[in-house]
Amino acid sequence: MTVLAASRLTARFSARRREAAAGWLFSAPVLVLLVVFLVAPIVMAAWVSLSDWTGIGSPFSSGVHSVGLRNYQALLTQPGLPQQQLGESLRNNVYYVILVVPLQTALALGLALFVSRKRLTGRGFFRTAYYFPSITSSVAVSIIFLYIFGTTGVVNALIGFLGVHGPNWFDDPSGVLQLLYSGLGVTQAPAALANHGFLGLPWWQWLAGPSVAMIAIIALAIWTTSGTFMLIFLPAIYAIPTDLEEAAIVDGAGPWQRFRRVTLPMLRPALFLVLTLGLIGTWQVFDQIYLMSQGNPAGTTLTPAFLAYQESFGNQQWGQGAAIAFILFGIIVVLTILQRLAMRAKGSAT
Amino acid sequence: MTAGRSGAATLGAGEAAAARPGGRGGPAWRPRRLGVRARRRWRQAAIYLVLGLCAVVYIFPFLLGVGTAFKTNADASAHPLNPIPQHWVLSAFSELGQQDFLRWLANSVVVAVFVTAGRLLFDSMAGYALARLRFRGRGAVFSAVIAVMAVPGVVLLIPTFLVLKELNLFNTYPGLVFPLLTDAAGVFIMRQFFLTIHPSIEEAAKIDGAGIFRTYWSVVLPMARPALLTLMILSFQGSWNNFSTILVAHESPSLDTLTTGVGRLVSGQLGAATQYPLELAAAMAMTVPVAIVFFVFQKYIMRTGEGAVKELRPFGGPGLGRRREA
Repeated sequence: MTVLAASRLTARFSARRREAAAGWLFSAPVLVLLVVFLVAPIVMAAWVSLSDWTGIGSPFSSGVHSVGLRNYQALLTQPGLPQQQLGESLRNNVYYVILVVPLQTALALGLALFVSRKRLTGRGFFRTAYYFPSITSSVAVSIIFLYIFGTTGVVNALIGFLGVHGPNWFDDPSGVLQLLYSGLGVTQAPAALANHGFLGLPWWQWLAGPSVAMIAIIALAIWTTSGTFMLIFLPAIYAIPTDLEEAAIVDGAGPWQRFRRVTLPMLRPALFLVLTLGLIGTWQVFDQIYLMSQGNPAGTTLTPAFLAYQESFGNQQWGQGAAIAFILFGIIVVLTILQRLAMRAKGSAT
Repeated sequence: MTAGRSGAATLGAGEAAAARPGGRGGPAWRPRRLGVRARRRWRQAAIYLVLGLCAVVYIFPFLLGVGTAFKTNADASAHPLNPIPQHWVLSAFSELGQQDFLRWLANSVVVAVFVTAGRLLFDSMAGYALARLRFRGRGAVFSAVIAVMAVPGVVLLIPTFLVLKELNLFNTYPGLVFPLLTDAAGVFIMRQFFLTIHPSIEEAAKIDGAGIFRTYWSVVLPMARPALLTLMILSFQGSWNNFSTILVAHESPSLDTLTTGVGRLVSGQLGAATQYPLELAAAMAMTVPVAIVFFVFQKYIMRTGEGAVKELRPFGGPGLGRRREA
């Protein structure tokens, strides 16, 4: 009797040990991959961002020295070309984010609301049409937009119908806000804005707005991603109980009121997800910049992600390139946290 | 716009987006039935008009791309609005043949096949372990997977290059594949799926004397078909379309995939204005495989968005989605 119980106990014990071993064994490939190709590389890059490595030999050889925070200082506090370029890239990306995130979110929401209508023939067709750009590679999409926004492209042809001569989109560095100022008669920078600045860039440059070239890339981003985000909104819309909608109608709420007071609050989690993913994604814009403009014209499409690549792979300034990547990392983390706090504060207010 | 005007007096949430912010709602229904019907018809027409116009904006660029691929250079710049060539020519495609296009295609296939197969196997194994197998440290492993998902992909370009150099994998096929195999989101998807399977089936297998690996391989995996299919589509699309990670993993043109090869074609030559048919032919050709996968598995793809919200919510909100292809 006792012998049997004991053997059963050891059997259960060994079964549990076998399960534990299997657990580690099953997770091992993923863990190894994550450590070797994700965690370790980040640590290596952190070291490089603190070093004077120039791309020759291994960054861990004895010839490579630590320079402390000098790479970061050159970017953040010392006036000079690196600082100015970082400032430019941040300005460009800020305008990119400010335009792309709200527009793609609004468009995605609008498309989702339309497509989710109950009595709509061809729903599948519309959904597919809006989503298709999302599955196309950035390379193919970039080529299409280079053609569309080309000097003799579709966009300029359409603008031509209005009797306006379209710009040379990808060669035009003028900021759209600056064009607006000069339209209002302000062609010279006010001294206060020209002589003072931030991150090596005068305030006048910060206020220039996205360049004409950047506008084309912004259009591409909105066009490509709105379908993806539409797909996130759709199930959330379907999840809204219909009686809620009907109750609002009975109460005499108009369509706008119903959207504002019923639909939108119900979509809050999806909206939050879309805004967060949008924010994270837009700060990472790289492929399109590399393929379409390489930061040109006049540095107005430079973004931190591309600048990090260019500095390291192009100019062999690996320390500086890695430092830019970490600064970008920091920006994304901080913004995500801030947005989360903002949404939470707003959530408790209502 | 018409949508704004008609949208102001509609039922349903759909039109509200198009309604003017200041628009007065008006009563939801009126006693006169005929008026309602006529209004509804107008409204319906307006909605189709808006949806149709949007569809044109989304589809026309592709039609234009396909058509222009069969144009001559002169035709491409002379008639940008007409997707139908004046004379159909195949010169763009024959030129692509001279540009190593087939080699890029082969490399893309190799990368996509290995990445997809690897992710399916490894992600499902880890997902199963995290969902079902009890072992000390499981919580820590899962937290690590979640944390890793939050790392923005573009920040990893320099790190990826560094580690490939250090491991002598730079400019090799494994160097193209390994960095793309790290896929925390896939582990997460699989884990969430395994959690929804009732454990009784596995218990039955265990009582029948099946070992853990046997249970996983012949009982659990076959049940996970839908999740595996989703993961397969995501992995194929992700690796086929990946540009930046492949870019930093090699410099030899013989290792170019479609994305980097065609990318070289575009960014390499300045003043590419006259080469549009060639570039668009490449762009359209490289889109065909993902388009086929998309149309075959549309049902599953359209469901992935749904998963995103549902799966990310339990963890106190998003910020977890890793969008490498962004």
